[in-house]
Amino acid sequence: MAVLDIRLYPDACLKQVANSVEYFNDELQSSVSSLIETMQNAPGCVGIAAPQLGISQRIIIIDASQRKGVKHHGMQVLINPEIISWDSYVIGREGCLSVPDFTGNVMRAETVIVEALSAGGQLQKFEFEDFEARVVQHEIDHLDGLLFLDRLVSRRSDLFVRKNYKGKN
Amino acid sequence: MQWFMLTVVGKDKPAIVAHIASALFEGDCELGEASMLRLGGNFTIMLMVKHDGNEKSLQDLIGTETQSLGLQAHIDKIDGALHHHVEPDVRITVHGADRAGIVAKVTGALVEAGLNILSLESDVGGTEEQPIYIMSIEGRANEGIASLESALSTLTGQGVEAHLRPVEAVFA
Repeated sequence: MAVLDIRLYPDACLKQVANSVEYFNDELQSSVSSLIETMQNAPGCVGIAAPQLGISQRIIIIDASQRKGVKHHGMQVLINPEIISWDSYVIGREGCLSVPDFTGNVMRAETVIVEALSAGGQLQKFEFEDFEARVVQHEIDHLDGLLFLDRLVSRRSDLFVRKNYKGKN
Repeated sequence: MQWFMLTVVGKDKPAIVAHIASALFEGDCELGEASMLRLGGNFTIMLMVKHDGNEKSLQDLIGTETQSLGLQAHIDKIDGALHHHVEPDVRITVHGADRAGIVAKVTGALVEAGLNILSLESDVGGTEEQPIYIMSIEGRANEGIASLESALSTLTGQGVEAHLRPVEAVFA
């Protein structure tokens, strides 16, 4: 339980697919505590994923309550999170603790439904929207070895900012 | 080592960036931030280059390439450095029938309302007979978003459509 050093790109841990959490033991609780403390120690930070601390496990923390005026579910610990549905796409700006001094535009689903286990192993289901949806997608990408750098789009694409990919057309 | 801004323009053709970058690499230069765009069929690039020499020696490094590719190069010594980013907090897109003065009118109104423009890209689409102008701007709203919205609303009545969206970077 401590504020740990953030792994910076190109650290190999950030490009690996993280392992599913199997045991809800003291070691997991210790990792969760370290993630929360490290996230809260970084000004303006609204989310963190275990690979950012060199822990190759599918654990993320999100806390969109840090941002004024956005819908949020408060701080959430999400273990083995899975996005089970996506709706509408929008471009927004992202930065990352693991990629200092750079922000870029990324297209993300505007709404996602996520299933995840709590720190105690209980199955939870959330519908995240807008800012919070972006945070959770950014963090889940970390678990799959993806950074926002892997999803950059150009500013010119902003003219085509909202697309609805519902259905086959 | 000194930072220079290298500007290269000319008729576009394949592999210009690769040729210039190779010449600079072989001349032991470091490259910084860059912006390359094809404008009206022309190749254009502005490129930060760190070079142990002066404008003349840098010009000489790329001279063979620019001559053989038919390009014009311009070099300025600059005070800039890397890691001096300013993050935008607003993004504005503007479009309308192309007519004289549209850029001056839009940017003038926005600057008056407190916008510091950090990047601007514009294009002309539509047809030869009915061209449309499209502009995408990112900047800092030094006097708040409401001030910019008010400025844009006055433009909307003049045949220009503008959309403003706050840029709130997710930092995670």
